[in-house]
Parts: sequence; C-alpha cells; structure tokens
Amino acid sequence: MSSQPSHKLQLNEHGRLRHFLTIDGLSRDLLVQILDTAESFAALPGRPVKKVPLLRGRIITNLFFENSTRTRTTFELAAKLLSADVINFNISTSATSKGETLLDTLRNIEAMHSDMFVVRHAQSGAAHFIAEHCSPRVSVINAGDGRHSHPTQAMLDMFTIRKHKGDFTPLRVAIVGDVLHSRVARSQILALNTLGVSEVRIVGPRTLLPTEARALGVHVFHDLEEGIKDVDVVIMLRLQNERMDGALLPNEHEYFRLYGLTDERLEAAKPDAIVMHPGPMNRGIEMDSEVADGPRSVVLQQVSYGIAVRMAVMSMAMQSQADLAGGEA
Amino acid sequence: MSDRTLFMKHDAILDLIGGMAQVLRNRLRDRELDNPAMIGIHTGGAWIAELLAEQLDLQESTGLLDISFYRDDFTQIGVNPQVRPSKIDFDLDGRNIILVDDVLHTGRTIRAAMNEIFDFGRPASITLVALIERSGRELPVQPDVIGLSPPLALNDHIKLNGPDPLSLEILHDNQTAR
Repeated sequence: MSSQPSHKLQLNEHGRLRHFLTIDGLSRDLLVQILDTAESFAALPGRPVKKVPLLRGRIITNLFFENSTRTRTTFELAAKLLSADVINFNISTSATSKGETLLDTLRNIEAMHSDMFVVRHAQSGAAHFIAEHCSPRVSVINAGDGRHSHPTQAMLDMFTIRKHKGDFTPLRVAIVGDVLHSRVARSQILALNTLGVSEVRIVGPRTLLPTEARALGVHVFHDLEEGIKDVDVVIMLRLQNERMDGALLPNEHEYFRLYGLTDERLEAAKPDAIVMHPGPMNRGIEMDSEVADGPRSVVLQQVSYGIAVRMAVMSMAMQSQADLAGGEA
Repeated sequence: MSDRTLFMKHDAILDLIGGMAQVLRNRLRDRELDNPAMIGIHTGGAWIAELLAEQLDLQESTGLLDISFYRDDFTQIGVNPQVRPSKIDFDLDGRNIILVDDVLHTGRTIRAAMNEIFDFGRPASITLVALIERSGRELPVQPDVIGLSPPLALNDHIKLNGPDPLSLEILHDNQTAR
C-alpha cells in the first residue's frame, strides 16, 4: 500500500514530527519530548478555562473509516482544547476498500482546507498511504490502522507508566492477552523498548501471540502467573473477537479461567504493580471487576492522560508547518 | 572573539532586586493593593519573582507561568520543546497580581502571560515588574517597576542566566536567539 518507510515519512528535514504514524524508528528523545509536552497539557484540567489558544484558526479533520467513539472523542476533545476547529467524518469501510477510492476521499476532504487528518482505518498502512499522498501542508496522525499501529494509545500508556513509576529503565512490563490482533500491543512493545525498560513480556495462549514474537524483543510466556511474576506493570489487552478469523479460543469462560486477571493472580506481580487496559474492557473475560475497580487499576487515568498526549502530538506535528513557513525554533 | 559580554554579576543583580522590592512595596502601599500574589514568567521571571516574594515576605507560593501555548508566533516557530506546566496554586479571582518577567522587550510575552492569567481567573489588578526594560516594544505594554534600562544596540539581546548564581549577559548580533 505504501512505499516510503513510516519513520522517514513522519519526520521532516529538521528531525521534527511531521506525521505521527508509528512508534517504529522514532528516537527515545522524541518520545520523551512527547511525554514532556503532554505533561504541560495534563495540568490544564485544573484550571477554570481548560483550553489553550495554540491551534486557534486551524482545522483538524477526524477521518474515521472504522468506528471508535471513544478514540474519536478524545481526539476531538484534544483538538478543541487546543482551540482548533474539528470536522468529523465517519466513512464506511466498504466505500473505501480500494486505494483509489481512498485517494478520492482524501482529495475531497483536502479541498476543505484541513491542516491535519486524524485517521482510523481497518487496513494496516492506511494512515501511511494518506500521509504519502496528502498535501505537504497537512499532518497525519494515525488513530489506529488494522493490526499495525496505534501510536497515540501507546504513548498515553507510556505517559501513565511514567506518572506512576518515574524512570522506565528498571521496569519489567507484562502485556497480557490477544497480542496477535493488537495494534496497541505492537506499538507498546516498540515504545517500551525505545524508552529502555528492563524487560518486556508478552503473556497469552499460543494462538493469540504472534509467531515472530521474540523478534520484537520480548520474552514470551504462556502461563499468566509466571508471566506477571515480579512485574511493575501489567497491561491487559482486549480480546478482539471481531478480528479473529476462526476459533482461536475454546470459549471466553475458558479464557478467563486461564488468562483473566484476578486479585489472587495479581499477587504474583510486585506489590506496587499497576494494572492497565487500553479499553474497552470486557469485565469477567480479561479482568475481574475487583481488579478493574481496585486500587492498582489506572484504567481511567489512561483515558484522561490520552487527551493530554494527543494534544502534545497534534501541537508537535503542527510545528512542521512552521518549518515549512520558513520559521525556526 | 566572543559574541557575549558579561553585563552584571550575581551580587549586583541581588542589589538591583533589593531596590525593586522597595519600589514595589511603596507602590503596593500607595495604591492600596492589599494581599498581593506573585507570578513569575518561566524561567528568568520565576527566579526574580521568588526573590521578590521573599523580600516582600509573601507567604503564598509564587505562581509560575509558561506562556508557550499562548505565544502569537506558533505559526512561525512552533511549540517550545521544553514547556513546563504553568502552576498557580492560589485563587486568582479578585487578587492583586504582581507579574514578573526578567526582560521586557517586544511586549508580546506579557500579552501572552496576561491572556493565560485570565484563563486562570479574573484578577483585581496586575502590576508588571521587569528586571530589565529595553527598547523594541511592539505592543503598548508599560512596566510599573523596573530594575534597569540598559542602552542596547538594536540587534543585541540581554539574557538572564541562573538561578544560582544569577548573571546578565549581552548577546551580540549572530548570537541572538529568539
């Protein structure tokens, strides 16, 4: 679908973020810069006026070829808190199954003078394709493409981890569940390794872990308690039944019996371990309600931090247009 | 040949701030600006604000403003890569605010700072304090209390380093940075 590697495409000639398509190829410094910038935006909810005028007069278009109310809403809110104007397009996947149709859609929306596209698509590489073909004055943010990448979700997870644990380097992190179908897990693994954590583990049944798992720089476990033993962070993933072609699981009850996180099982992790979930959560399948609502769960904080991280990424990507205008920072 | 000139050292700057504190104290008294709260603009303004708050014996923590998200030149220079969160722990509504910056030049920073302050609340008044006032105003911004107005060439910039020790240096021509 695309020709130029994402990491080259998403940086401009000054090494600044032009598009945000994948964590792959981005430097540790850039990821830390995203987290630092998000830190400032995270302080905004404490103020009577929660908006800043940074992107006033800019138009941001949410191009959602795949439904996702929550992700779209957080992007929309992030854009509005930056004072941008937002247009939402929910486009049926069936109407854009061919590249040419996608390009036609792109050209039409480009004619509306948008400065940024936030793209969610069921097909891997869609955001990359749009970034390659859109005007140089438009930045593209990947809001999830197929099984490939969901970089802003990964960065909000990194932000949550840093908020609770500080330094990444001594941390041991376990990602549990349906890694095979998870673009979030792929992005998380790349981000965690780039930020230099001590160990990344993936835990799940063989049918839900990618065959090339070890090449991702992770340790593989098939037993939950063994996999989360002494970890600092447990990231539970959603079972993505809609992405499974066949019966990869006996049934959900059986899955919960083997891989569902309960208070009892969580005792294997460090006493101060935090529990995360990118949502939406299937209670009683991936996680027991006692854990989901318990003191170690940071699931709702992830949602709040997601807005700050998306504001950071949007404002940094928009900076590339300053470079185009001939300014310098 | 160096393009930087040391303009003022730590002790001299502290003396300057001591003098500013006295002028500020008198002004607050004359204008009956009770219960003032101090806000410094990141980074140099925050250093000066801390020292002034100490001398005025203000009990409340000094507020910190990072105006990066309020700049009017984002379209030219983008977002500052080292933004720090603004932090104001007191209720701004109805308060007499002392706004402190290190160098008052074009006036655009003060405009941005005032815009941000009003997003925190509606103060009763704002008194503007600057360690250095220089020429080159682009907006009608007038300081209430200043430390010094050094004569600077059009292309020269003056920069406060710190916080301990504080020093003021003049950057000539090609060393100037926005």
